[in-house]
This record gives sequence, structure tokens and C-alpha cells, in this order.
Amino acid sequence: MIFTIAAKELRQLFASPLAWVVLAFLQVVSALIFLSRLQAFLQMQMQMAADPNSAGVTETVVTPVFGTAAILMMMVVPLLSMRLIAEERRNQTLVFLFSAPVTLTQIVLGKLLALVGFLAIPTLLIAVMGLVLLMGGAIDFGLLGVNTLGLLLLSATFAAIGLYVSSLTAQPVVAAVGTYTILLVLWLINIGATDPDSPMHLLSIVRHFESFARGVATLPDAVYYVVMTVLFTGLTVRRLEGDRVRA
Amino acid sequence: MSDTDAAKEVTLRASNLSRNYGDKRAVRDVELILHRGEVLGLLGLNGAGKSTTMQMLTGNLSPTTGAIHIGDVDLLARPAEAKRRLGYLPETPPLYKEFKVDEYLRLAARLHRVPKAQVNDAVSQAKRRCGLAEVGGRMIATLSKGYQQRVGIAQAIVHLPDVVILDEPTVGLDPNQRKEVRELITELGERHSVILSTHLLEEAETLCDRVQIIDKGRIVYNDSIESLQQFRASQSLHVGLRQMPALAVLAGLPGVAEAQMEADGYARIVHAPDRDPTDVIVRAAVENDWGLHHLSRDHASLTDVFSEITKGASSANGEQVPA
Repeated sequence: MIFTIAAKELRQLFASPLAWVVLAFLQVVSALIFLSRLQAFLQMQMQMAADPNSAGVTETVVTPVFGTAAILMMMVVPLLSMRLIAEERRNQTLVFLFSAPVTLTQIVLGKLLALVGFLAIPTLLIAVMGLVLLMGGAIDFGLLGVNTLGLLLLSATFAAIGLYVSSLTAQPVVAAVGTYTILLVLWLINIGATDPDSPMHLLSIVRHFESFARGVATLPDAVYYVVMTVLFTGLTVRRLEGDRVRA
Repeated sequence: MSDTDAAKEVTLRASNLSRNYGDKRAVRDVELILHRGEVLGLLGLNGAGKSTTMQMLTGNLSPTTGAIHIGDVDLLARPAEAKRRLGYLPETPPLYKEFKVDEYLRLAARLHRVPKAQVNDAVSQAKRRCGLAEVGGRMIATLSKGYQQRVGIAQAIVHLPDVVILDEPTVGLDPNQRKEVRELITELGERHSVILSTHLLEEAETLCDRVQIIDKGRIVYNDSIESLQQFRASQSLHVGLRQMPALAVLAGLPGVAEAQMEADGYARIVHAPDRDPTDVIVRAAVENDWGLHHLSRDHASLTDVFSEITKGASSANGEQVPA
């Protein structure tokens, strides 16, 4: 049932030009960053070859692309997530799902899966960009893999937050603005924390991603994203349950 | 209710159903029983609690108190199982307009757990029954309102549910579309069991085997459609005369309680319930050469029937109609 709902959401997502524009946007911008980093690497190659401790091609070229992609995801996820529930509420189509023999959890997970699945497309395409470097030499597969995983986890968290905000309103645009607000707050939450042990660092959505980007991610970094995703998914289910009770 | 009716399979039973919105009691103590092969009309003015009741019956709204059984399955305890046997068309058909009719109905069938191998059969059967066979490849957004309504009904029956619940299924349709949808509902009543809500008395009369009238959130009437007729017959006649006599003459005819002048040679004549003066009027019109060209019995409006029934109910039970 989750997959049936996810397929329906993807069908709706791809019915609008937004999905295609977003894919093109992500691809073009990441490719530009990739090319400029590759050029920089080619210029520095001679000096780097002399220093055995210098960064490799993966670190120089691929990591910055993923870093940019993380920012781009923050820009596009609210646009994609805003309609997931808010628009169904506005069009009064939620009743179609609520009347079917599926649970609220299945509905919410289906919608989340659709968006994460969609975001996996550009993520994997960026990973393929990294693999292209194989044509010119060896790459650090571990670092590439950890970056890909990090971006996927980050996207899933963004998607869960967007889905939750979308469940709070019947106005997709309001949902988008609300999601931007929460994502930016979580992105910048540790900006004023000068103390390296400040708990604000724990909450920061970008700090954990930096560990993935540098290839030094530990279990807590992954757990952070999983917990955030589960938390907001659960809140969405709660919110829809409230609809049925309060209406 | 006759013995044969009592022996029929009960497809839906709601007991003691109440729903509060804050302090306001939108629905109170509603009792419903539906049998296979029956069309039950839920009749009420706008805001009487019809939609709220239907939302509860379909699991879209939690009742404040009460129980709902679909067949022998408790809707509140085992919603997934109960909802498989339910089909629901809300007031606004929940259509994904960017879908093609076929896609949408396939989705409805899959969500209602029609086995994969049977989905195509179920969809083509639902399309045939709802007259959608020609438009399967069309996008829902491009269909007329009448066709969209049929798609809404098709999604409610694609999984062959025991109970079909239709909220105001003919609102906003033109007379032809309305007629077609009504024919479809009559057909549905034969195989499934149907609850439909309406605020049109004549619609309930043509479609339903039984009606329950809901007013201010409570059931004020529950009987066969035939018994409802007695409330419909009013005690007033509409008379058209070319040579209108003085009102006093009309009012003086035996059995006439009151006569009122209406526009352009028409008069309204009110009589006592047990004395129908129709024959008297016809005879008088012929004898005096009044030029009778129109004589009809006024039909009571739903509002009239309501006031008639609620009056009867509150005086019979000595109950107060809630404010």
C-alpha cells in the first residue's frame, strides 16, 4: 500500500513541470560546480602531486559538489513538499485516501517515500558525476559513497519536515514558507555558538552533513537524520489523526 | 417492517451515534440500519448533520459516542477491514484531476485491495456501470461535471463494496445528468446497499426504499417512502379560473376553509384535512361558467414536511427539539 501511494504521489509530482524544472536546475548547477572544481584541480595537480598529504581528486572535486547540492536541496525541497498534503486538503481529496482501507502511517510513509525517491534521482546523478572521474584516474569510492549517503539522509530529513509543515495548512505556499523557515533555523542554529561543545551544534542540520562531506561521519551523525525524519513523520501522522478527531 | 425485510442481511448498523464540535452537538443519538438491496435516503436541510453522519459512517470523522458496524466488522476497532466493504462519494468528489479516468480508478481499486490480477476487470466493470467506457483515456480535468460525478461514483463502487455511501450525488448536475445518475443509483441499490443524502424530497421519493429524516442533528423520522407520502399531501389547492368570482364566493363553498387570491386569475384554496372540496369546486365552476383551466394540489415542500414531522415527533414523545 505504501508503494501504491508513493507511485500515486510521484505520478502527480511528474504531472507538473515543477518536478522537471527542479531536476534540471539541480543538474545544471551541480554540473557547473563540478566543472569549475575540476578545472581548479587540473591547475593544482602539479603542486599537489609533490605533496603526499594533499587532498585527492574526490575531495577536491566531488565534496564541494555535494556541499552545493545540500544547499540546493534546501532550496527545492519546500517547493516539492508543499503540495503533498496541503493541496489535497485544499482540493478535498484527502478523503479519498482516508476512506480507503489504509492506515494514516501508510499514507504518510507513502508520501515521504515518493519525495525521498524523487530526491534520490539528482543525488544519484551527482554520484554518477563523481564516477565520471574514473575516466581520468582513481577515485576514493568510500568518500563518494559517504557523501551520497549523507545527501540522501539530509534530503529525507528535509522531506519529512516539509511533509509535516504541509500537513498543517491548506495553503501550499504557506507550507513552503513555513518549511523554509524551519530548514533555515536548523541550518543556522549554531551560528552564534562559539563554544565548540555547545548543544546547538548537535541540532545543526548542516554540521552533521559536514562530517559526511569530510568522510568522517560517525553513527551519531546518521542517527541525527534518522531521528529527525522519524520525528517529523510521526508528527505528521499525529496531525492527520487530529484532523479526524477535530475536523 | 415486514418479516422478509427483517430476514435480509444487515450491511450497516450505526447505534447511538453522536458528534460534538466543541459545545455544539452536530449529530446526536443517530440510529441507522441498512439491509442488502436497499436504498436508504438521509433527508435533511443543509446543515442538518447529513454530511457529518456520513463522514462518521465512512471513518473520516471519529464519533464522540456510538458504534458503527459494517456487516459484522466494527469500523472503529478494525477500520481497514470495514473500509474494504465501504464505498464513499463525498459532497465534493475527491478526484485527482491530473489523472486519466483509468489511472484514477485503478488507483482506487488498488487502495481498496482489489487483487492485482483483477484490477483491470474491476475498472472496466465500474466504467461500464457508470457509463464511462468511452472516456477511460481522458484526463479527469477535461471531463464535464456530470462525467466527473460519475467518476466519483465509479471510484466508490470499483471494489464492489457492500455499502455505498453517496453524499448529495446529484447536486450541481443538469436535469439530464441528474436523471442518469439517479438511474445508476437505482441499479446500485439492487446489488449493493446504498445510503444517499439529499435535501430534495422528490429525489428521495424516486430513489429510496426508506427514508430517515435528520433535523438539527437527530433522526426525526424513519419509515418507508410510502408512509412519507401522507405528510406530503397538503391541504391546499391551486385553482385557475378565467372568470374569477369574488373571494367570498370561493370561501363560501362547502369544505373550503380559506381562499386567497393569487396573481393572474389564480387562487389558493385551503381546506380541512378530512374534507377535500375538489369535486365541489369543479361543479361550481361548471355551473357558474367560471372557466376552470387549472386545478392542482400543492405539494408540501421539504420544509413543510419537516415542520409537520418535527411537530408530530416532539408532541408525541414529549421531547424538546434541541436548540
